[in-house]
Amino acid sequence: MRLPVRVLVWLAALLLLAVVAPSLAPYAPTQMFTDARHVPPMPPRLEASGRVYAVTLTDRLRERYATDASRLLPLPWWAPAGTPVFLLGTDAGSRDLFSRLLVATRPTILLALAALLGTITLGTLLGVIAARRGGLIDALIMRTGDLLLVLPVMVVALLLRSALPLVLPAVEIFAWLTLLLSSVGWPIVMRVVRATIRHEQASASALAVTALGASRGHLLRRHLLPACAGPVLAQAGLLLPAFIAAEASLSFIGLGFPDTWPTWGTLLREAADVNALVRFPWTLVPAAAIFLVTFGTRLVVSDGHAMPGTTAVRPGSAGRIVREGSPR
Amino acid sequence: MLRRLSLRLVLAVALLWAAGSLGFVMTQLAPGDAALADVGPGAVEAREALRARLGLDAPLSVRYQRWLTGVVQGSLGHSVLFERPVVDVLRERMVNTAALALAALLVGSLLGVPLGVYSGTHPSAIGTRCIRGASALFVSIPSLLLALVLVLVSARTGWLPVGGMTGAAAASSLLGLIIDRLSHLTVPALALALPLAAMLEHTQAQAMADVSSMRVIDGARARGLSRRAAVWRHAWPLSLGTVLPVYGVLAGSLFGGAVAVEAVTAWPGLGRLMLDAVRARDAALLAGAAMTATALLAVITQGIEALAAWRDPRTGTDA
Repeated sequence: MRLPVRVLVWLAALLLLAVVAPSLAPYAPTQMFTDARHVPPMPPRLEASGRVYAVTLTDRLRERYATDASRLLPLPWWAPAGTPVFLLGTDAGSRDLFSRLLVATRPTILLALAALLGTITLGTLLGVIAARRGGLIDALIMRTGDLLLVLPVMVVALLLRSALPLVLPAVEIFAWLTLLLSSVGWPIVMRVVRATIRHEQASASALAVTALGASRGHLLRRHLLPACAGPVLAQAGLLLPAFIAAEASLSFIGLGFPDTWPTWGTLLREAADVNALVRFPWTLVPAAAIFLVTFGTRLVVSDGHAMPGTTAVRPGSAGRIVREGSPR
Repeated sequence: MLRRLSLRLVLAVALLWAAGSLGFVMTQLAPGDAALADVGPGAVEAREALRARLGLDAPLSVRYQRWLTGVVQGSLGHSVLFERPVVDVLRERMVNTAALALAALLVGSLLGVPLGVYSGTHPSAIGTRCIRGASALFVSIPSLLLALVLVLVSARTGWLPVGGMTGAAAASSLLGLIIDRLSHLTVPALALALPLAAMLEHTQAQAMADVSSMRVIDGARARGLSRRAAVWRHAWPLSLGTVLPVYGVLAGSLFGGAVAVEAVTAWPGLGRLMLDAVRARDAALLAGAAMTATALLAVITQGIEALAAWRDPRTGTDA
């Protein structure tokens, strides 16, 4: 498959995952189980044809559990009401980590996709304006983009976040974070669009289309913008992991989603305490989910080589896109 | 030359002004202020008194003017959070972040560059596959996750101290102090350095592959040089033209990652300081920290550009 198609299919798959995942959760994300604080993961056993071993509490004070291989339990969706099955263990609030992880998938991935949409819309719009208008407007857009690119991303994010109240309803946080990530990411898309359009509109084919009597709007819609689709989607594949990591970082440090809203970032806060992390390492499971999406995106962008050609923008070389080699 | 330098200087000052102003104004746009964050919502009188003492009762434009006048005169204002001049707080934290960033750049380069030279010149070796696999892995792990995993590993094994910058037992000798600091630096520096090394390995390998096709190696080998000498003395210097500019981009991502890594490992650097400043609504402190981070980044980027210009004078003239 060609790169733009691959990226679109991957994004659609992620969207589907975000829609479906929460309804697969066996338990409610907020349901607290008695005597089930920090239960270790109960993986399905091959030797027991996919069932899991029961776990019994041996020391309530130290939160120690023993695996009871003589008692077999079915997978959580079919488990009897009295004996819940925790595939990925439980957290400090005695809640099922597997269910929480599935429920957290939706806000995490939807935020990344929304931010991606915002970034592409804003970046394309400004890129088209910069390339078509030129002159002072072009210079203004480019310098603003330069400023945002030169400042460290997390610093810009922190500065923008500081303009908001510390505590906000989750839906408002979602909207603000989308806006925040879009306003940090747009220069990258803008540069690619601007470079592509400037290159394309100077080409012989654009001249031919204009000579045949096409309007500026027709040239833009049918010839210039389609040429941008490939480069923009390649950038999207690099931006998506960055957005997921940014959500995780912001939520982890307490400036993203509130704890009452499970996202991959807020779930990771369980692992913030070193002592808890050492004793209950399964609280790192959201990190595995973040890694899988990041790694998968890289595979998709780079056609199975896991290392895309990084299109890096050189600071100081105005508007020149340096493609650091082709994927190997 | 002089014109270019002065233009650079004007741009740098404009950048610092933008970062500082953004930090100062943004923090105060949100409802609530430093007095509210410090005293809490209950004690109204104490809050108003603190507000008057801190000068928070003046309108934003007046406060901004006061702050900017102070900055021009070399004072970055007073930190509400630490109850000290901002400059003093920044001086300590800046050294810590600079040490962390430089250690990460150094370790990342020492790992990434030789591995990239190897994998670029041995395209079909088994070692190359291992290197590529490892760098594909590490480039996909955000620094936040890597920091968490490294903290878990070092806490489990007890090989390295976790959290903070200094050990519980105060080191008496200078050597003990150095070892203590270095062992605390290892986890945060590695969390930043490994993704860096992966990116560098990738770039270096491609640059070496490009250079190798220029027959530089063949020519040098024909003159009787060993393969190693041909690669390192003739091909590698040529590849730097591609590799050095990447450092500019990497330095930016380094500071972004530092915020998360410093939060996980409790390294007292600028990232954590900015975080604390946002939470405490400490406008002067946030503005100062943003300016310092920008300045540090600019120094690193300019240093790399100067290095690139020294290696290849052509790159310096057209920018």
